Amino acid sequence: MLPLNATITRIDEESPSVRTFFFDFQFETMKPGQFVMVWVRGVDEVPMGLSSKNSITVQKVGEATSKLFELKEGNSFGLRGPFGKGFSLPSEGEKTLVIAGGVGAAPLAPYAEAAKSAGSEVHTVLGARSADDLLFEKLFAKTGKIFISTDDGSKGTKGFVTDVLSSLDLSVYDKIAVCGPEIMMASVFRLLEDRKVLEKSEFSLHRYFKCGLGVCGACCIDKSGLRVCRDGPVFSGVQLLNSELGKYTRDASGRRVKI
Amino acid sequence: MYTLTGLKLKNPTILAAGILGTTGASLCRVAREGGAGGVVSKSIGPMPKTGHPNPSMVKFECGFLNAMGLPNPSYPSFLQELDIAKKDSGVPVIASIFGGNPAEFKEVAEGLLPAKPDAFELNVSCPHAEGYGAAVGSNPCLVEAITAAVKETVNVPVWVKLTPNVSDITCIGSAAESGGADAVVAINTLKGMAIDIESGYPVLGNRSGGLSGKAVKPVAVKCVYDLYTALEIPVIGVGGVSSWQDAVEMMMAGAAAVQVGSAVYDRLDIFSEISKGIETFLQRKGYSDVKELIGLSHEMV
Repeated sequence: MLPLNATITRIDEESPSVRTFFFDFQFETMKPGQFVMVWVRGVDEVPMGLSSKNSITVQKVGEATSKLFELKEGNSFGLRGPFGKGFSLPSEGEKTLVIAGGVGAAPLAPYAEAAKSAGSEVHTVLGARSADDLLFEKLFAKTGKIFISTDDGSKGTKGFVTDVLSSLDLSVYDKIAVCGPEIMMASVFRLLEDRKVLEKSEFSLHRYFKCGLGVCGACCIDKSGLRVCRDGPVFSGVQLLNSELGKYTRDASGRRVKI
Repeated sequence: MYTLTGLKLKNPTILAAGILGTTGASLCRVAREGGAGGVVSKSIGPMPKTGHPNPSMVKFECGFLNAMGLPNPSYPSFLQELDIAKKDSGVPVIASIFGGNPAEFKEVAEGLLPAKPDAFELNVSCPHAEGYGAAVGSNPCLVEAITAAVKETVNVPVWVKLTPNVSDITCIGSAAESGGADAVVAINTLKGMAIDIESGYPVLGNRSGGLSGKAVKPVAVKCVYDLYTALEIPVIGVGGVSSWQDAVEMMMAGAAAVQVGSAVYDRLDIFSEISKGIETFLQRKGYSDVKELIGLSHEMV
């Protein structure tokens, strides 16, 4: 498929470095956790998790995202997708725990909503560097109970999401969905493994994508060789046992880069 | 077991270069879960390269356009991946390499030898990398010199992957043969381009790229057919193979084995599917050996 032309209809300033760009059509079949390839014409094309059927939530980190931040309402960019595997939805009556760190809250916001609509009781642990960086706090609060952690203690528990998790009984949850910076996800992974609830968990990984179609192999993870863009980006905790999670990633040339 | 330039393959399907070959683990997965009889790595060069900016691959009804730009970690960093593939894939592992001249090819081949690849495939055919690939592969003298340089450096089979973007592919194939190639691989992608009409921008980050998939199969069949006539050494067919029927057709044109690239998009176990399909076809038609198919169509007319 060639990129679709997405015209920006609204831009929400979520935090000093994060914006949500709404566009003029909906990915009706989108499953929370799936991603789109966002083509900033003349610059680059980068993967972004969908934060709703018609929006992407972007952190300004590199050349493409900086260029995206220069765009205004009425401007357009290219979009291909939705691609990859999303989070598994809970069944009615099941309990869901959402663990979101930083901009990792973006794909988990529509997931929390979908889980609630499916009749699940949803709890969210939302972490960020500071109170200003907390994403979609109101939205998560609408879906159920919310626990907050900030690195600097400006809101909620001072520390990391794992500090909140250590005081929760994780055995009551049927589904645990995690997305955030890799260091955070690796700590959560270890904690869930210790608490013997890994088989209930799913993690959304971020890797350098080239083709985004599952053909080139740039985003394959060790030791399974699974493709993040096609077999993921959402993997079960069990699939990530003995994996490179939290240890290293790869740059655009394929070289291993320590995390 | 099937022998190709001395390599023992469990079936005549091989993963093509540049597909799922960035890491050792991925190559192992294609062999174990995909059922490939052999695997070719991503093309490795003398220096780390990040490749072209994205978009680097787009899908059409008829095939794919890509302009990856030879991203690779260079040979020192790739050794560990090759090691993993050699230890755990259970199939012959072929290292695809590229360079801008015979000395660079020699350097990369030498650099990868410690990992003991079962063969080398020389990429003189990537259509969108300045100074590499087809830029050197369109010149028969250079192709012969590059082939000879690698041949004198290694004592494993050397395959040369050819570009169809020349007026006569057999002339380049003959040059590879003169340089001592053990086989040629045909074809690499055809030059192509797509434009986003909403904005006027070329879709690929590199503006143009290479066409692969179903659309190129008739071109590949013709190239393989012509090379089979022109050369003594085996021809390995690649380009748009996505079913056992395509593989049989390629073999009848003269291919001693087939490589599969873009079709992994449909499913990873395409290799098993193709090799099973070939087996069933052989039984149905009363052939005793897959080798009987090679070049069959040349005997008909």
